[in-house]
Amino acid sequence: MAALTFDSLRHDRRTAIAAAVGIGIVLAVFPFIVGTTLGNSWLRILDFALLYIMLALGLNIVVGFAGLLDMGYIAFYAVGAYLYALLASPHFGLHLPVWAIIPLGAVLAGIAGALLGAPTLRLRGDYLAIVTLGFGEIVRIFMNNLNAPINITNGPQGISSIDPIHLGGITLAKPLTVAGITVPSLHAYYYLFLALALLIIFVSLRLEDSRIGRAWVAIREDEIAAKACGINTRNIKLLAFTMGASFGGVAGGLFAGFQGFVSPESFNLMESVMVLCMVVLGGMGHIPGVILGGVMLTILPEFFRHSAGPMQLAVFGKIILDPEALRMLLFGLALVAVMLYRPAGLWPSTIRRREFRNGSTADVLKEGE
Amino acid sequence: MKPVLLLANAIAKRFGGVKALNGVSLTIHEGEIYGLIGPNGAGKTTFFNVLTGLYHPDGGELLFEGHKLKASTPHVATQRGIARTFQNIRLFGNMTAIENVMVGRHARTRAGVFGGVLRTARTRAEEAAIHDRAEELLHYVGVAHRANDMAKHLSYGDQRRLEIARALATEPKLLALDEPAAGMNGTETESLRRLIESIRADGTTVLLIEHDVKLVMGLCDRVAVLDYGEKICEDVPAAVQKDPKVIEAYLGGSLA
Repeated sequence: MAALTFDSLRHDRRTAIAAAVGIGIVLAVFPFIVGTTLGNSWLRILDFALLYIMLALGLNIVVGFAGLLDMGYIAFYAVGAYLYALLASPHFGLHLPVWAIIPLGAVLAGIAGALLGAPTLRLRGDYLAIVTLGFGEIVRIFMNNLNAPINITNGPQGISSIDPIHLGGITLAKPLTVAGITVPSLHAYYYLFLALALLIIFVSLRLEDSRIGRAWVAIREDEIAAKACGINTRNIKLLAFTMGASFGGVAGGLFAGFQGFVSPESFNLMESVMVLCMVVLGGMGHIPGVILGGVMLTILPEFFRHSAGPMQLAVFGKIILDPEALRMLLFGLALVAVMLYRPAGLWPSTIRRREFRNGSTADVLKEGE
Repeated sequence: MKPVLLLANAIAKRFGGVKALNGVSLTIHEGEIYGLIGPNGAGKTTFFNVLTGLYHPDGGELLFEGHKLKASTPHVATQRGIARTFQNIRLFGNMTAIENVMVGRHARTRAGVFGGVLRTARTRAEEAAIHDRAEELLHYVGVAHRANDMAKHLSYGDQRRLEIARALATEPKLLALDEPAAGMNGTETESLRRLIESIRADGTTVLLIEHDVKLVMGLCDRVAVLDYGEKICEDVPAAVQKDPKVIEAYLGGSLA
């Protein structure tokens, strides 16, 4: 029995390494495949999908793990984006390097997360949703109005000519030549975003399976019982808000550098709802599900945008409905369908099989007989 | 006599006009199994909630090991060594049985975000210790064969036992059980009785709310009786059973 377990474990490890290498190769060549077959607009969508994965994983900590319904999550994305915009643009004449701004954005968004968390600690469910929704709007309206008496955010016009992300002398705005291979700008952003998304996935996975992660889930499952287990629910909830927000701050900074322009419009309620949909639709609290949700919900609306016109031409011979209007209808229908047929999300977590350490396996099996 | 573990001094708690607890004083000694009984609505669970920090008392004070217990901070009560189970079982339903017990180790472990993300040698050692202790406790209460099943899928009796394991994981000096035998059949109650006795034998003081009179009388060293928020009797089981006030409270003045 023990030998068999050991063999299968070693086998599992070999499979896991093979799978990781395979996925790595696919992820590395993916932008070139997309770029050549579907074109640059889809590459941009791919870059955005990676940003949304980061956002969805951040919100997943708050909503999926700790069970705190946050409807204003995009505010932290805004904090990260505006920080980058202010520190790396002609607006204040500051041009700080990206390696300084992104961590600062994570910290500042984390502080904003704690500020949001502090007054809402006693709230749950619907009430918490309303307060966080208000918080999200407050941040957006601040960005909209902080152009007077001192012009900080440049108001509704937003901040433009933001520095592209550059590391040392290398800027991602122009094609890079690495070892004879020319990497176009969109590809370079893809690799950077992929690296950070992988980092955030790694942090999420590690946290999920830790003392803190268990405390989050315990609070979600039963807050009173969690308190009785000695969990300081106030601190642990604040930690969830802070961690979740910091992921949003990172994604926001990358967004500003990628886009070169930020304005309050990018951070409206619809965006918060969208990220929440990614978490819920993918499978709350299940990291692979949330990643899938992030990818699906970024790609689906664009897919409908691109296909709604040609499809009508093929079926009716003319365009009856504006593809732009139709895409949200189709998107809404897709959401309803998923929730009807897969109420726990596209990829919910199954009962996790824990590896038993040697010895305990036999005991547990014996108990079961 | 053994030293005093918990001293409750004139605890009062009101809900609007209802005096749920009206100056209740109790003394629990180390190593005792102490029973708290009384008709429905007598204030037993309210006392538990005050003791474990879920309610803020309106009057009185609690001394645990001679030191004042800070009111309405459940996690501090747990850290000080008071653990509890709930009348209506409160498990983390979507966590596995072993994870439920692992959560119980929270107060006795330290790993934070950085430890969790970086998996330092210390965190790994701590995690292994948490896991091992949780496994031990599952064996101890007899639900080890369900370790990797969701708590919500366990049978009623197993859920009760799992909740006790989770409470024991906090290393309590005082374990407060709120109607642990509710809904159990004779065999289950008997094995619960043995479990409580072995918990006491292992050095944990037990405070027991229970309606099963046979269980209370057979198990407890001393019993307090609450009625309408007041303590009407506190004595050894044999004396409590003969107390006219207790008989009146339970049977309404006649021996029926």
